[in-house]
Amino acid sequence: MTVVWDDPVNLMSYVTWVFQKLFGYSHEKAEQLMLDVHTKGRAVVSSGARERMELDASRLHAYGLWATVERA
Amino acid sequence: MTVFRRQGDLCVASFAPDEVQVLRKVASEVVGLLTEGFDRRDPVVGRLFPTVYPSDPAGSAEFRRYTETELKTKKIDQAGAILAALPESGGAEVQLDDEAAEAWLRALTDARLAMAIRLDITAETDLGKEIEEAMRREPTSARAFQLSVYAYLGYLQESLLEALTAERSGATGT
Repeated sequence: MTVVWDDPVNLMSYVTWVFQKLFGYSHEKAEQLMLDVHTKGRAVVSSGARERMELDASRLHAYGLWATVERA
Repeated sequence: MTVFRRQGDLCVASFAPDEVQVLRKVASEVVGLLTEGFDRRDPVVGRLFPTVYPSDPAGSAEFRRYTETELKTKKIDQAGAILAALPESGGAEVQLDDEAAEAWLRALTDARLAMAIRLDITAETDLGKEIEEAMRREPTSARAFQLSVYAYLGYLQESLLEALTAERSGATGT
């Protein structure tokens, strides 16, 4: 799975927008994930095969989000 | 302080000459640390290219081997989108279509991430208070200036995102 970690720089509105943009999530779902990142320090934003997760992490890195990949 | 607003299909802003210089400088600095200044030991590079498997150095190195060049190119291109929209001197009337606006958003993020590391911005940092203190200690210090630039880039990015995601107005004439 792909995990996004909290950072002190990225704007809440920007993180929500990135989740909508990259994963096609509804505004509600994207905002909930952003709040999870913000309050819990991290959130699982996608899950699937390893190659797919690495691609997601790389796309998130292009948007400046701090993403890692974990085995579920 | 200039911010973006939506105008038809475009996000527009009128930058003063000193704002143009600041934006060109931060975008050039990002390009610099991705090109001739590229150093994996630099914490800024560590943040722009996060380790994808924190407990698996070999897996992370392999990921880096496959993705780093492309990611670096993307980041240079997005910083280049800021430089391409601004003149070398004077003020500027900037008009961005959606694609250019998105490149600016990503580039402003990279610039803010880099500055935050150099300025030791943490989750506990109260930016307003930090700027106030730096100004009180030494108003002309590099830190006071850099903190103000960092704050400005945040406002600018927020306004650009609002302009980009705003409903297209005026298009239907109603």
